[in-house]
Amino acid sequence: MSKKVLVLGEVREGVIRNVSYESIAAAKQIADGGEIVGLLLGDSVSSLAPNLIAYGADRVVTVEHPHLKSYTSDGYSQAILAVYEKEKPEAIVIGHTSLGKDLSPKISSRLKSGLVSDVTEIEGSGDSALFIRPIYSGKAFEKVKVKEGIVFITIRPNNIAPLEKDASRSGSVESPAVEITNLRTIIKEVIRKTTEGVDLSEAKVVVAGGRGVKSEEGFEPLKELANLLGGAVGASRGACDADYCDYSLQIGQTGKVVTPDLYIAAGISGAIQHLAGMSNSKVIVAINKDPEANIFKVADYGIVGDLFEVIPLMIEEIKALKVGS
Amino acid sequence: MNIYVLVKRTFDTEEKIVISGGKIQEDGAEFIINPYDEYAIEEAIQVRDAKGGKVTVVTIGGEDAEKQLRTALAMGADEAVLINTEDDLDELDQTTAAYILAEYLKDKEADLILAGNVAIDGGTGQIGPRVADLLNINYVTTITDLEINGTDVKIVRDIEGDSEVIETKLPLLVTAQQGLNEPRYPSLPGIMKAKKKPLAELELDDLDIDEDDIELKIETVEVYLPKQKNAGRILAGDVKDQVKELIQLLHSEAKVI
Ligand SMILES: Cc1cc2nc3c(=O)[nH]c(=O)nc-3n(C[C@H](O)[C@H](O)[C@H](O)COP(=O)(O)OP(=O)(O)OC[C@H]3O[C@@H](n4cnc5c(N)ncnc54)[C@H](O)[C@@H]3O)c2cc1C
Repeated sequence: MSKKVLVLGEVREGVIRNVSYESIAAAKQIADGGEIVGLLLGDSVSSLAPNLIAYGADRVVTVEHPHLKSYTSDGYSQAILAVYEKEKPEAIVIGHTSLGKDLSPKISSRLKSGLVSDVTEIEGSGDSALFIRPIYSGKAFEKVKVKEGIVFITIRPNNIAPLEKDASRSGSVESPAVEITNLRTIIKEVIRKTTEGVDLSEAKVVVAGGRGVKSEEGFEPLKELANLLGGAVGASRGACDADYCDYSLQIGQTGKVVTPDLYIAAGISGAIQHLAGMSNSKVIVAINKDPEANIFKVADYGIVGDLFEVIPLMIEEIKALKVGS
Repeated sequence: MNIYVLVKRTFDTEEKIVISGGKIQEDGAEFIINPYDEYAIEEAIQVRDAKGGKVTVVTIGGEDAEKQLRTALAMGADEAVLINTEDDLDELDQTTAAYILAEYLKDKEADLILAGNVAIDGGTGQIGPRVADLLNINYVTTITDLEINGTDVKIVRDIEGDSEVIETKLPLLVTAQQGLNEPRYPSLPGIMKAKKKPLAELELDDLDIDEDDIELKIETVEVYLPKQKNAGRILAGDVKDQVKELIQLLHSEAKVI
């Protein structure tokens, strides 16, 4: 049976995040011909509605309210539940981002529904859809089905391909008024630490350094390489523990789990906890002085050598490649 | 302050996952306190030491989970509660686990509840917010700093690498992120003392929960291991040539740059 699906378009710094377009693609599969309703929340977001439609939403509902300027679970859940009551969707898809992780359990609790978190793949469609998600931080996978109630999932960024953008699509945009009261959380400020732009969990390229990078300054060539490739810098816990970089860069079982197209591991030994966070990347390059290093076991391409020699050479070669093409 | 910490027994991070008969094998595996829950326990102990009060650690599980509760007591928690579902339930999902915890907590008048932001096994991160919602108290996830003054709470939370500074009030549930603190190792005297600290065991009956109230919304139909990768290529030759070859391969073969 076809389903009506509600998809949250997550807006960050005035733009819709990629994962929301990926969510629309996931929603299409669950909908099995049913209607896709995009949802935008914020203080001024209506102008973004055409983007959701271009990526496959049939129509868009926006809720604009001063209390929705910054995300709070109280504000967002009131808005979403109000829209839910009106629309009565049979499925909801949200990105498994910081916001999605914080918000989705509360909505699910209110709706007394199940919630399948962190989905990386969907098999089948409509009522027979099965959801695949990593467990043990990617050391294994489980395939689950929703036994009853609405289908509510969050999807991991970078795993489900968005639909082709089609700017000629059209659809209605509605902006119902919703009352939002009693926010129990006040956001005083947001301190940006990730100034380099590309978000680690959504990056197509990750250049990660380990204890072999040896110092904070040692990360500079890695940053240059990441910037050149439009990617983000990551790190092993070894590097974070040694204070070469912030814990927010840590990749692994107790850090971020990433699945970029290209993962470059430099000076990382490849401990099981680190592999859990990156071994499902599409292509893995390892650079390590030690030919026996465990990281080579998961690498598609390996260079046994000194990262301080290899990385600058890579930068040179890539620049040459870009000039040539 | 009346402080509760929700903890979970999980596989040691060193463990490889072995599947047989369609299930993840636990025999012979080492178990630990979920690493994020350790931050929660440590923070609870520090808050109690500064403000007074009592720290109670709570888990749902079988007899085996006593070991992790004793470890938490040895770190410095005051009391432990094991909600033993071994005889009543084969499986739990997030809805049911949160419901059981909330039923236990609902008349405890907790000022502060702490949990890990995610368990490294199931990896859903749903329990904290769900329990808070069922108790109708506020929650803040992935916190890296906590400051309490009376009922005023100032929190720094991690949002994908950026930090958000938040003000809210008790009662509150928070979930711990790495960077919150440095969890202590249990000391020898701590371990000795832990043996005498109260560890209560409850069953669903004691919480007036009827097994029929527990209905799974989600069912796992299969667990499997990731595809084995084919052995990769270690490049050879002069470093300069290796790098040249690598970039060519990434460009033309793998098509990722
Ligand atoms: C509960 C728990 C959770 C954990 N969670 C995580 C996690 O989430 N993520 C994580 O990463 N780790 C985690 N760890 C830690 C993990 O076990 C390893 O200790 C850590 O990953 C090691 O980091 P590393 O590879 O940078 O350092 P090391 O193991 O010290 O490796 C450094 C590597 O650099 C190489 N090297 C040195 N100099 C150079 C050079 N000039 N050029 C090239 N190569 C060089 C060396 O040959 C070596 O292989 C966890 C551990 C525990 C106990």
